[in-house]
Amino acid sequence: MSVETERSSTESEVSGLDYEETALTLRLPGGTSRVAGSEPDRKRGFSETVELGLGSGAPVGTRGVGSTDDQSDESPESQASVAEKPPAPKARVVGWPPVRSFRKNVMKSCKLVKVAVDGAPYLRKVDLEAYTGYHQLLTALQEMFSCFTLRNYPDEERKLVDPVNGTEYVPTYEDKEGDWMLVGDVPWKMFVESCKRVRLMKSSEAVNLAPRAQHS
Amino acid sequence: MKVQSAMFYFPEEVIEHIFSFLTHHPDRNTVSTVCKAWYKIERLSRCEVFVGNCYAIRPDRAAARFPGLRSLTLKGKPHFADFDLVPPDWGGLAGPWIEAMARSCPNLEELRMKRMVVSDESLELLVHAFPNFKALVLVSCEGFSTDGLAAVARSCKSLRELDLQENEIEDRGPRWLNSFPDMCTSLVSLNFACLKGEVNLKSLERLVCRSPNLKCLRLNRAVPVETLAKIMNQCPNLEDLGTGSLLADQFSEAYVSLISALQKCKKLRSLSGFWDASPLCLLAVYPICANLTGLNLSYAPTVQGQDFINLIQHCVKLLRLWVLDSVGDKGLAVVASACKELQELRVFPSDLFAAGPATVTEEGLVAISTGCPKLNSLLYFCHSMTNSALITVSKNCPNFTRFRLCILEPRKPDPATNEPLDEGFGAVVKTCKNLRRFSISGLLTDQVFYYIGKYAKALEMLSIAFAGDTDQGMTYVLNGCKNLRKLEIRDCPFGDGALLADVTKYETMRSLWMSSCDISLRGCKALATKMPSLNVEIINEWEAEMEENLNNGVAEVISNNNNKHINNGNDERKVEKLYVYRTVGGPRTDAPDFVWTL
Repeated sequence: MSVETERSSTESEVSGLDYEETALTLRLPGGTSRVAGSEPDRKRGFSETVELGLGSGAPVGTRGVGSTDDQSDESPESQASVAEKPPAPKARVVGWPPVRSFRKNVMKSCKLVKVAVDGAPYLRKVDLEAYTGYHQLLTALQEMFSCFTLRNYPDEERKLVDPVNGTEYVPTYEDKEGDWMLVGDVPWKMFVESCKRVRLMKSSEAVNLAPRAQHS
Repeated sequence: MKVQSAMFYFPEEVIEHIFSFLTHHPDRNTVSTVCKAWYKIERLSRCEVFVGNCYAIRPDRAAARFPGLRSLTLKGKPHFADFDLVPPDWGGLAGPWIEAMARSCPNLEELRMKRMVVSDESLELLVHAFPNFKALVLVSCEGFSTDGLAAVARSCKSLRELDLQENEIEDRGPRWLNSFPDMCTSLVSLNFACLKGEVNLKSLERLVCRSPNLKCLRLNRAVPVETLAKIMNQCPNLEDLGTGSLLADQFSEAYVSLISALQKCKKLRSLSGFWDASPLCLLAVYPICANLTGLNLSYAPTVQGQDFINLIQHCVKLLRLWVLDSVGDKGLAVVASACKELQELRVFPSDLFAAGPATVTEEGLVAISTGCPKLNSLLYFCHSMTNSALITVSKNCPNFTRFRLCILEPRKPDPATNEPLDEGFGAVVKTCKNLRRFSISGLLTDQVFYYIGKYAKALEMLSIAFAGDTDQGMTYVLNGCKNLRKLEIRDCPFGDGALLADVTKYETMRSLWMSSCDISLRGCKALATKMPSLNVEIINEWEAEMEENLNNGVAEVISNNNNKHINNGNDERKVEKLYVYRTVGGPRTDAPDFVWTL
């Protein structure tokens, strides 16, 4: 979690930042004298802040005017480029953020993935937990991008077809290992568990997808 | 002439009649303190009783004082229990209250409870003791199952309202809905949206068919579109609908049916649910958007982007909107341009750990404040906030009565200036003279508390987390906020000095919660000694964990010498969780081992 994200939510990918800027993030901000190991930079990610919060005896008062002055040494630009840190390790503060358990549990039971269609300008999100199997999912995808009709081939390949220009789309997904696979290859539960996002790829481009046998 | 004693010559019936115009319970509390005669008349004629802290008075005493009561509202656990800060088995039991009512208050018709533990047995007792029972509202409660609901359904001949909001209900099967007898036709409001399991769809349809007065119906996720369409065809007078799962095939009969059913419901003003909503089903909703005053999309993470925009731009009469932050600043900008009457907005986080890119920021809030000047109630989770945004928001919307802002990363400063957010939140209290509820976050020093103490004169409830520098912060609040009723603090550097700065203040308040602060056992003992009218309770985490392990069969019973722990001499130990409240009921008799009353 970094300061940069609020400024440019769409720029959170690496492009647009050169390595020098990102290199700045790796050193501790200028000459701050630190209590050994425990005084976090306020710009640090959530987990570091969490460490201080959890040890309630920690002298929060030290995070006073002094620290602010140190931080003002940083130019806004370098603050903006405290960017491409790896996501903070998920150290959780109990009861934070203040969201009712009921709501938290509902959110946990969702498996939201983005769905992209080659050529369409926008993404949608679906909750894979809402569906009971591939047929329901594909029907939903079809209806979502409403220009397709499901065409069932005799060999049970599932394809979606744009009736306007006859282009065939093949539903594919990216799994946990970063590989792009054909939707439908693995048992449904396994798919739900390993799918990170879905892409309706033009058939013509789908020829090089990994065949099912190679992935367990 | 003795004008001032003229009231004593009125017959009791006249005074009672005058009192019947007082419905606001603080007013009734006030008149009851005037003299003995008024106390007696008031207590015998009071129909609605509100108990904001179930441990503030013993159930028997409340029941004895108000034998004629028809409606009882009870609140149990402290608010932070919603966020898992209170260990299980802490208390807040409904049983003793229901038993006391059963003994002394035969007219009970309505029971509303929040954050209480209710057992199936208690529900059985409730419906058997009060054959006229009409309305049960449970919010954020636990301890019961669908068997308890079956008991309620089965036994109430004239049940009007069964409203279950965000409770943890053990699912023992779908048959509880069958328990409504065939002759039960009195339902006006039914909400089981929080039930996780299946429901018997045929029973549901039949129940709706024989409930001509049904105005509010909130289904759970297990109810499919087919059933929803059938139900809506039966109740064209519905005003408040919570959908089930909104997944449907485009060409299915269910979908077509849904569209025509929705159009028939001309009185529909409030919509919620939208579980798994597909864009297609949203299309079906467009025709009724123009009349909506309430819309809750906060359980619909798939409604975002252009789908959300297409929907919300029709909702021109909206007063209340609950959404997820996945609608983004862009979505909020559309809300600002379309929903000019908006009074209440809640934006919940879709990603609890702020691990992804920011979704809503200060921009969204500023846009809302610019477009919706009638806004008076806000709950806003965001990744960041700036002072200048908060200042702008308070200028645009001076009518806030409830303002809760949660920046997901604790102690986060204003990213534009790297300064604390004291000035921003200070602007809110300075401008919003009617502010009653306030929650603050981000990087905050004692200065924000100075402002709160100085300006927030109407403030009743304040929630603070990861804020402040010294005891002075908390002291400002205790000294300045003369209407403060509830103060809850976590992870702030306030110590014994702050706790003891104004001990009589706590008698004017309902409760104080402090966790992960800097207070010691010595300070808590001092408070308990000085203020015998308060219960000063400490929650001992280690004991709480042991109790949970015992309940789970993980650990064996070991020594139980709690008093030994309290008095073993080390008063400098920090107290992890403190809960202080005024009470006339004395120390709790049902406190678990890990709750120590000093």
